[in-house]
Amino acid sequence: MTMALRTEAIETLLVEKGLVKSAAVDALVERYEQDIGPLRGARVVAKAWTDPKFRARLLEDGMPAIRELGFGDNTDAHVARLVVKENTESVHNLIVCTLCSCYPWAVLGLPPAWYKSPAYRSRAVREPRRLLAELGLDLSPDVEVRVWDSSAEVRYMVLPQRPEGTDGLGAEELTDLVTRDSMIGVERLQRTR
Amino acid sequence: MNGIHDMGGMHGFGAVDRRPDEALFPEAWQGRVCALAGYAIGAGLANLDAFRHAVERMPADRYLADGYYGRWLYALETLAGERLGGDAAVERPDHVGSVVREVDREARFAVGDAVRTWNRHPQGHTRLPGYARDRRGVIAEVHPACVYPDTNAEGRGESPEYLYTVAFDSRELWGEEAEAGATVYIDLFEPYLEVLE
Repeated sequence: MTMALRTEAIETLLVEKGLVKSAAVDALVERYEQDIGPLRGARVVAKAWTDPKFRARLLEDGMPAIRELGFGDNTDAHVARLVVKENTESVHNLIVCTLCSCYPWAVLGLPPAWYKSPAYRSRAVREPRRLLAELGLDLSPDVEVRVWDSSAEVRYMVLPQRPEGTDGLGAEELTDLVTRDSMIGVERLQRTR
Repeated sequence: MNGIHDMGGMHGFGAVDRRPDEALFPEAWQGRVCALAGYAIGAGLANLDAFRHAVERMPADRYLADGYYGRWLYALETLAGERLGGDAAVERPDHVGSVVREVDREARFAVGDAVRTWNRHPQGHTRLPGYARDRRGVIAEVHPACVYPDTNAEGRGESPEYLYTVAFDSRELWGEEAEAGATVYIDLFEPYLEVLE
């Protein structure tokens, strides 16, 4: 049986048993596709770049800080903590989940396919520098690499470095600079995208 | 369990295929599986630990062949088969919600403590990756006590345990050929950790 037919069969069973409503499934798919995405994370980053007190609160404890911006709703209700790790000149952070696909849904939405791929999950913890170089990010040997193999309970997000030459930009323009991949830690940001 | 899901450190999967602007759900059934899983878990079909364990119980060849949402579909089918046999929707709904729990004991370890992970190979669910088994690390952060996935995945209760972020030097994990200047941080539950004398 194809995946599509198997999906129909399990949906029929779950509806019959009263666990789900088909209309609600349609709405949730649409919400995942349109509303819950990395734009939230980008707004958090832009705020942290421009508001040192917010940045301090964010690095201290992520979930209360993102709630200040209206995020952190029930998307991640089971999660114990959101931990934000700051990239600097001397430290580069990288997020992975080797056992499954743990990811900071509350700020980045659903993970991209490559994040869930066996290649990424197997290599990020063993050869992060080589992996990053293959993805176009060559780190100097004096930059320390910190890989966060997240468990389900704590979710991680990277606070990327603010690119040079962005002093005059407003919140919206800064938000536009921030990519999803920079908040996972496989990319460093440039002034122009 | 020592399953195919425990991928940290494996060879043979090639390069990471990072495609820009890839659709979230390239095929419609994938989005439906994602949403169905969310609702079924929310309705108490299974807690998240049991759901993850159902994915892990998938035969290894199918785990690799069926893709990410194919695994979720398998887990839904497995759990429905095991738990939706009777007339009731779910006979004993699993609790869902925050995993943080109050416990009336102190955390055993503090930041800076040297620890060693245990060397156990449980058949069931566990969150200690194989590559970090029997390895020396240092406590980097102490988190609140949380539901213990090892028991909760199998209906043996929540048995809350303190959770720690433990720092492992890359050479401790991968030997002399490890990349220099790299540290791997892993979130681990208290039972996995022993005092390093």
